Amino acid sequence: MAIRDIFSANRKKKQDGQEKAFPEGLMTKCPECRHIQLTKELEKHHKVCTKCGHHFKMTAQERVADFLDEGSFVSMDDHLQTSNPLNFPAYVEKINADQQKTGLNEAVLTGLGTLDGEEIVVAIMDSHFRMGSMGSVVGEKITRAVEKATALRVPFIIFTASGGARMQEGVLSLMQMAKTSVALKRHSDQGLLFISILTHPTTGGVSASFASVGDINIAEPQALIGFAGRRVIEETVREKLPNDFQTAEFLLEHGQLDAIFHRKDLRKQVAVLVKMHTKGGVQHV
Amino acid sequence: MSKNLAFEEPVVQLREKIDELKTIAADADVDMTGEIEKLETRLTQLEQSIYANMKPWDRVQVARHPERPTTLQYIEAMCENFIELHGDRTFGDDAAILGGIALFEGQPVTIIGHQRGKSTKENIRRNFGMPHPEGYRKALRLMKQAEKFNRPIICFIDTKGAYPGKAAEERGQSEAIARNLVEMAGLSVPVISIVIGEGGSGGALALGVANRVFMLENSTYSVISPEGAASILWRDGSLAKQAAEAMRITAPDLKELGVIDGIIPEITGGAHRNVAKQAIYIKECISDTLKALNSLNGEQLIEDRYEKFKKIGQYTEV
Repeated sequence: MAIRDIFSANRKKKQDGQEKAFPEGLMTKCPECRHIQLTKELEKHHKVCTKCGHHFKMTAQERVADFLDEGSFVSMDDHLQTSNPLNFPAYVEKINADQQKTGLNEAVLTGLGTLDGEEIVVAIMDSHFRMGSMGSVVGEKITRAVEKATALRVPFIIFTASGGARMQEGVLSLMQMAKTSVALKRHSDQGLLFISILTHPTTGGVSASFASVGDINIAEPQALIGFAGRRVIEETVREKLPNDFQTAEFLLEHGQLDAIFHRKDLRKQVAVLVKMHTKGGVQHV
Repeated sequence: MSKNLAFEEPVVQLREKIDELKTIAADADVDMTGEIEKLETRLTQLEQSIYANMKPWDRVQVARHPERPTTLQYIEAMCENFIELHGDRTFGDDAAILGGIALFEGQPVTIIGHQRGKSTKENIRRNFGMPHPEGYRKALRLMKQAEKFNRPIICFIDTKGAYPGKAAEERGQSEAIARNLVEMAGLSVPVISIVIGEGGSGGALALGVANRVFMLENSTYSVISPEGAASILWRDGSLAKQAAEAMRITAPDLKELGVIDGIIPEITGGAHRNVAKQAIYIKECISDTLKALNSLNGEQLIEDRYEKFKKIGQYTEV
């Protein structure tokens, strides 16, 4: 047995132990401060750790429930299905498994809804589905959502959460960056609002396309946001990077974000922003 | 002297043999014309069979050839009165991207491209053609300038990717690339992009939202380098050769996937074997494309770009 195997065997034992200590789902441990709290309590606090303020990842459905007016969401384009353009072995199986796991057809949920009464089109990426990576279906769903917002003349709001491009779709996934951009340009040229809300993690091709070009770019606290991976940069520049490198706070300090909102304030603040860009705004005579 | 690539070895050996034979013939004053002719015929056949059956990894090697012609060489061969314009007006001048105004067949055009170095010293100055945000911002400034004066834009793509560095992140590498994608979408002048070497990921695409996109026969265009793909997919960077095949990164692959509009043929053995002639092939392609695009007005050009990128992607509707 190699040394590595001993460690991984121990790790496995530890994990098994943990599962036995708490009944499934009843308690949740914060990955940051290790505080153990009632899952119900955590959910009441928008999935933010009651002790250290760590923002847990949200599923797309949880985000809908947390952000939009109750019962207002109508999803779009759930019928789009990922194909396997490069014939990667086991790709379709992996997609099917994540569909079962998440209840989504792909790594983004899109649709119409209202935010404090204002009609919007929303796209919510879900990092539980293939790390939120962007392939043809993700690009197409986001593009159609933007087009819908343009047609209805309502704001488009996206929650990003993505490791970047979908490797298994090769250059087609790269081109989704361009596809979503041409749609956003048209939306913008109509004088319509686009708010990008960057959540943990937003990296690679998603960071280098729609996530960064909102009329207003907002992030959740401590979210990892960046173009290149930390390890790649450390290898390139041969220096240790600061701990807060590529956090939302780091980006704010370097002028790359408009604001960071705590999740408990996010809905309220974004609703105010939306109203100021629609009929609630000051009318010039 | 050209650096030879592994897959070309049989051609190189035979060529050396012919040269040797010619020297012997001259020195010894014997007539070996027949033998030499026979060998030369064989050389032509060998070249044809080897260069016609290049594997993706062979093309990667040609695309990365140290003597592969660069943006500046093509500009000089194709255009007149090129004047380089520098700087992003915000932070600095990134030598990894070069741009300026020139006359192309008498028509003023803006030309922008990634620029690799020819020597180690130049490569260090140009950061091996891997731009920082200010490079993309310079490119966008020049594109907006072109739009104001109604000049077509020609982009040459030739980069391993945007530079993954600390300063690049601090100055908004993501935003710089993203901004270019969105703003290129709205340009009211013709935009033509040509991949002349490596087209590496977002750093390449930031010059690639064009009305027409072409690739040189032996260039590559991909979401990640073969080494990177191998390391992510199989946790082994040495499987780059297999990744180059699996990721479908060659010009014929991209044509088939509907990502590019056409392939510009290359000189047998690669563009570096005859830069002047290669530049003519590229010039013909640009000339024909400009003629077609010049007949569209600004709105039509934006619509044309929208339709082009809207189509890319594969999925089913059930």
